[in-house]
Amino acid sequence: MSLLTVKENISMVNNGNTDIVSAVQSNSNVVFDTKDLNLWYGETHALKDINLTINEKEVTAIIGPSGCGKSTYLKTLNRMVELVPTVRTTGEITYKGKSILDKSSKVEELRTHVGMVFQKPNPFPKSIYDNIAYGPRIHGIRNKKILDEIVEKSLRGAYIWDEVKDRLKENAYGLSGGQQQRLCIARTLAIEPDVILMDEPTSALDPKSTLKIEDLVQELKKDYSIIIVTHNMQQAARISDRTAFFLNGEVVEFDVTDTIFTKPTDNRTEDYISGRFG
Amino acid sequence: MAANSKLERDHEIDVKQMIEKNKQSKSFSQVVEKIVPIMLFLFAIITVLTTVGIVMTLLSETIEFFKRVPIWDFFTGTVLKPMSQNPEFGVLPLINGTIISSLIAMLVAGPIGLMAAIYLSEYASDRVRKVLKPMLEILAGIPTIVYGFFAFTFVTPVIRSIWPDVEATNILSPGIVMGIMIIPMIASLSEDAMSSVPNSIRDGALGLGATRLETTFKVVMPAALSGIIASFVLGISRAIGETMIVTIASGSSKNFTFDITQSMQTMTAYIVEVSGGEAAAGTTIYYSLYAVAMTLFVFTLLMNLLARYVSRKFREEY
Repeated sequence: MSLLTVKENISMVNNGNTDIVSAVQSNSNVVFDTKDLNLWYGETHALKDINLTINEKEVTAIIGPSGCGKSTYLKTLNRMVELVPTVRTTGEITYKGKSILDKSSKVEELRTHVGMVFQKPNPFPKSIYDNIAYGPRIHGIRNKKILDEIVEKSLRGAYIWDEVKDRLKENAYGLSGGQQQRLCIARTLAIEPDVILMDEPTSALDPKSTLKIEDLVQELKKDYSIIIVTHNMQQAARISDRTAFFLNGEVVEFDVTDTIFTKPTDNRTEDYISGRFG
Repeated sequence: MAANSKLERDHEIDVKQMIEKNKQSKSFSQVVEKIVPIMLFLFAIITVLTTVGIVMTLLSETIEFFKRVPIWDFFTGTVLKPMSQNPEFGVLPLINGTIISSLIAMLVAGPIGLMAAIYLSEYASDRVRKVLKPMLEILAGIPTIVYGFFAFTFVTPVIRSIWPDVEATNILSPGIVMGIMIIPMIASLSEDAMSSVPNSIRDGALGLGATRLETTFKVVMPAALSGIIASFVLGISRAIGETMIVTIASGSSKNFTFDITQSMQTMTAYIVEVSGGEAAAGTTIYYSLYAVAMTLFVFTLLMNLLARYVSRKFREEY
């Protein structure tokens, strides 16, 4: 039994390596490079020896059953995971070549480059305008004209401008769930990040709003690197370029999305994708 | 096996019988169902009736007072000499004393209470909060007579050693001590208001690269503003109604002044002084008690209405 696991581990490591090679060969720039990342919540070993390379201006989907560590990994990329007091990490993640897990690197700076959209829409209890302007404001942009422009540009970027342009001063909680989520995406766009992390952004939305968000992700891909955690395998297949399959805190397989969904190399990936568990 | 199934059947029959038996007493339970709400209603209305009774008493005796002292003289008079040969009943010195002592109290309790609330809600670890919050609430459980004693025998001498102009009885010391008394109230209510702001909203701000401080002051506090303001207004209303501390530490001079080093009397302290024996029923002084009490009642009522209005007006939905 233990022998088998070791074998699997070796094959997994090999897979990881070939991916890194292919990533380099595909000429894309790497945004996030994760090396031997381990993470514990207290005594719980939540992420085990993660090695992943995430490319610029691609959509990377992370799939896996509940509790497999996919959200934890995502939150490690902008260090939101540190809000849990008992968290401990080893290994290294570099963002554009700079190590980020290091306590000396400024977490606020990282988060201005790496925006995040959460599972449940979480607009601030403020007006639509102030929601978008919040990010620029905390980063020192106070000029009203510039803010107006940023607000319009961000709302247009999230394809919600036409729906809200006449009610910018109204409270964001008057919007529907799908609109709130696009507002949250617009809020992230307002500080022009390089990467957008999305943590199951459509799990609280109806199918129509989900489609709108998926279309939006396709558009955003032109300018942003997107990493999306999703429960929905069809969604991963529809919108992502690469897919990582997480299981029990490990990366089982990471490859081009088509490959993962048509000819996965690992049995466990196949089982999960064909709906045999999870 | 057979015994087992028999047992099951017996059990089944038992339940059926019990339900049947209970059905027979249903007429009785129907009566109970009807009577209990009426009784509950009566209990609920006791509080309303008490309030109405108090207001009625206050009102009738106040009207009696205004038959003897013109209402205009009462509310605009700056001199209060109830015991003199030619008594004067101006309430302004009392209102002034009440407002000044409450203001001093809020200057102490407002900032300290709010900062404590921010610390507890946004920065303290669970373990620290579990120790600190009950300790803070102990402050609220100290009897006010102890605070009054503390103001008179400790705070006043300390103030006088720094600032010798301050008189032995003055409004500053009880004001400060009232503030200390109100801190837990403001801290606790504001902390509740801030803690009830969902974490997802904090995450949203932190995710945009906001620091802890920016998140607290620009997202959490605006979202909790209604609760914070309500806690302030309730604090003021508590200070206005506070009696023992000012009675003990501020003396009974009915000065109309803004000099906080001097002794002043609040409305509550006046009621204590006058009802302490000297006022025979039916005298003008006796009725003045009701007029002052009525004024005090209107003051606190207005504060409570303001608190309700503010907490509705500034409520941010989340």
